[in-house]
Parts: sequence; structure tokens; C-alpha cells
Amino acid sequence: MEKIKRIKTIETRDLAKSTKNGGCGECQTSCQSACKTSCGVANQHCENKNK
Amino acid sequence: MVHQYKLNGINIVLDTCSGSVHVVDDLAYDIIALFENTSPSEITERISEKYAFREDIKEQDIKECISDVEDLKKSGKLFTEDTYKDMAFDFKAKKPVIKALCLHVAHTCNLNCTYCFASQGKYQGNRALMSYEVGKQALDFLISRSGTRKNLDVDFFGGEPLMNFDVVKKLTAYGRSQEEIHDKKFRFTLTTNGMLIDDDVISFVNKEMDNVVLSLDGRKEVHDRLRKDYRGRGSYDIIVPKFQKLVKERNNCKYYLRGTFTHNNVDFTNDILHMLDLGFTELSMEPVVCASSDPYALTKEDMPILLEQYELLAKEMIKRKKEGKEFTFYHYMIDLTGGPCIYKRIAGCGSGTEYMAVTPWGELFPCHQFVGDTKYSLGNIWDGVTNTDMQNEFKLCNAYARKECSDCWAKLYCSGGCAANAYHATGSIKGIYEYGCELFKKRIECAIMIKSVEDVE
Repeated sequence: MEKIKRIKTIETRDLAKSTKNGGCGECQTSCQSACKTSCGVANQHCENKNK
Repeated sequence: MVHQYKLNGINIVLDTCSGSVHVVDDLAYDIIALFENTSPSEITERISEKYAFREDIKEQDIKECISDVEDLKKSGKLFTEDTYKDMAFDFKAKKPVIKALCLHVAHTCNLNCTYCFASQGKYQGNRALMSYEVGKQALDFLISRSGTRKNLDVDFFGGEPLMNFDVVKKLTAYGRSQEEIHDKKFRFTLTTNGMLIDDDVISFVNKEMDNVVLSLDGRKEVHDRLRKDYRGRGSYDIIVPKFQKLVKERNNCKYYLRGTFTHNNVDFTNDILHMLDLGFTELSMEPVVCASSDPYALTKEDMPILLEQYELLAKEMIKRKKEGKEFTFYHYMIDLTGGPCIYKRIAGCGSGTEYMAVTPWGELFPCHQFVGDTKYSLGNIWDGVTNTDMQNEFKLCNAYARKECSDCWAKLYCSGGCAANAYHATGSIKGIYEYGCELFKKRIECAIMIKSVEDVE
């Protein structure tokens, strides 16, 4: 009988690995978009072509 | 650090330091909850007891699931160590590069919104319009301090920036003229209350602005209660057709309709539905920034209603996507594979370091929320940052700066939160605005839940 898959891991950017190729600073400043209040950074996209 | 929650019938497990997201069944959910502090044999015993009524779950299934969790831990996707703390303290040593400016081209406004955080556009000072010369110097300052950064973000803000439209146009043209010379790319944004939008503005904005933020609070009775002109007349009827025309001619993209919700409209999902009924699909809605004594301030009693509203909104978003009526809600945008790197996650919005606000007189502040508060003045666009002590405080304002964040699962999504909110709530930028934290955590839970649904389908 096939094993039931109880944990599905969604593909995500590995933050630990991003210590190696991150930090270029080209991503949009979060406050420049819609919010101007309390945005956090979660909704930004990485613009580093070499990530 | 692991955070697990159930939402919309889905069990979700987040691993803070790797950024991993797992969708799990009830058995795995319960095992993960015990995993860190309980031996495998005790987990097996306790889970066997809890699931005794389930004929389809045997001891072997439980042991296999425990083994799967162990594998995830070994592969760095669950219960990962926090190794970033020392990185956060390196930030003080780095010389900041400036890559974004908020240009206050107008410290004046043609509306008299009751809740304005900027005292009706004047920021506790005199009314003024930024001259072209000051704006040009601000752009030159940005270029000269931007190092090797190619993308430079500039937003035209106020007050109401369209009251200084000629300067906005001239500064945009100047910025563009400098791009090739200095190998830079300007990304311009304009925020507006809409009152002065006409065909010239529409044509310019749609040609030159990478993004435009249009202020609308939602339903007419909600919007007009607080967004009135100086004669006490609501602005809804004037601005809605203008916004509709601008957005249509912009092919319905690269804009946000941005509302503010208050104690008066805690059912803000109804305002978002109204915006959708008006034909807008790129939406944002923010809690009001004001003193807790203001009558429209959000209260403790409002919180459970607001949290429920975010959940309702998330479910509505999923429903409409299935119906082919997709829309964007700013806070539910999250790019799980291509999102910010760990440096950005720790550093946050960059206020006071890589991002600053410029007043009509060329004075620098950490962001628009600090303008007018003299102790936060950083310097000016001719001499640069001279208040380095204050800048150092902002350099260290990150995900690891606040003791309250140390055991919070959301810290690498919020980067420690908004410094301005912290200051207004506690008197220190290193404080936390607890109310904002609760709203933020719920929003991230909803955003990830929506992604989980998309991924599973």
C-alpha cells in the first residue's frame, strides 16, 4: 500500500542559502509601494538575477 | 522556531529561520507540536492514545511520520537554528547606501481629512511647495550616495503632490536625463487623493510613473465621513470617476487603490468588496495611524473583528480566483520562491539608512512618519546625513533589535516592524506596536494560507 503523504513541503527560497548570494539591495523599498504604514518586507520580490 | 496554525481547513507549519512552509495532515500537525520537547517513544505513546479511534492510523504510521519530521530537521527545513543574530549587528559597521527617497513635494493639501497623520499635509509646520531646485538637488544627492545600486526608488508624496504637478513633471524629466549618465534606473511612484487628476495628469502618470497609489477608503459613506474638503464636502463623487479613468487608461495594472480603515469601519472587507464593485482589482487597505485617544482610533475590542475580517478577505480572494475574478490585496502578496533574501528580511524597510524623506526645504528625515519631529532630523540634501547618532539608531533597527521579537515567528517577515509605529506607541523606535504585530501576524498567516491553497491545487 502506498505510503500516505502527511507533509507537503511547499517550494520556498532557502533563507540560510541566501546568505551566500543575497544582499544586493536592488529590491524595491517596501514603503514605496502601497502601504506607507506597516508593510514588512514579505511582499517584496528579489531582483537579483544571480540568486 | 516553528509556528503552526490551522486556517480555512488547512494545517500549516512555518519554520522561521529557513523560511520553509509545510502543509500537513492532522497527525503530522500533532507530532510536530510535540517534537522538540518530547522523546519519539513518548510521542508515539501520546499520539497513539489520541488517535486510538482512527482505525486507519497504526503505530507504524506514527513512527514513519516522526521519521519524516526528523528528515526535515536534518535537511534544514524544520526546527532550524537561528544563525543570523550576529549578521544583524554587522549592519552598524556598514556605510549605508541611499537608494530611495520620499519627496515631500507639497506640505499642503486640498483636502482636510480628519485622520491625516501629517496634520492636513503640513506636518506640524508651515505650508510649502518644494521648488524644482530643491528637488533636483535631492535627486543629485540620491544619485551621488547610491553607490553601485542601479534601481533608485523615488516617490512623490505630500500633502497632495499634484498641487505641485509642474515640479513633479520637471523632476521626473530630470531623473530620466540622468539615468544613462550614471547607469541608474529610476522607479517613480505618485500618491494622490485624486482631486486634481485630469487628462494631463492621467497622460503623464501613465507614461512615467511605475506605480501610482490612489487614496480611497471604500464605500461612499465611509470615505466621505473622514475625507472631506475644507468646506466639509466629501470627495468620493469627484475622485471615483477620475480613478476609474486613470486605471482604465493604465490597462488596469501597476497601481494600488489604497484605503485606510478606522474604528468606524472595522468591517473593512465590505469596503474592499466595494472597490471591486467599482472595477478596481489592485487593492490595499491599511489601519489608521493616529493617537489612541482619537475617536476613530482602533480599539482592543475591534481586534477580534479585524482578525476575522482578514480571514474573510482571504477566503473571498480564493473564491473569486476560482471564479476567474482574481484580485490583488497588497498584504496578501507573497513570493515564496523569489522573495527577499535574509539580508532584506533582517534589515527591513531601510528607513533612516537606505530610504529617507525629504521636506520642501531639503531637510532629511528617516521616513515620512518622522517628518516634523525635529529630533529625528538627519541632515539635509546639501550636507548629507549629519546626525549620525540618529542614523546609527536606525541602522540597528532590524529584526533582532527588539527583545520582544526574539521568540516571535514572524520576525523575518516583518523585519521587526515599523519604527514609526513603535515610536508612536512606546516613545522609542526600538519598542513594538503590539496592536500592529497582531494584525501583521494574521495577515501573513492568511497570505501563506492562500499560497498553500494555490500550491495544492
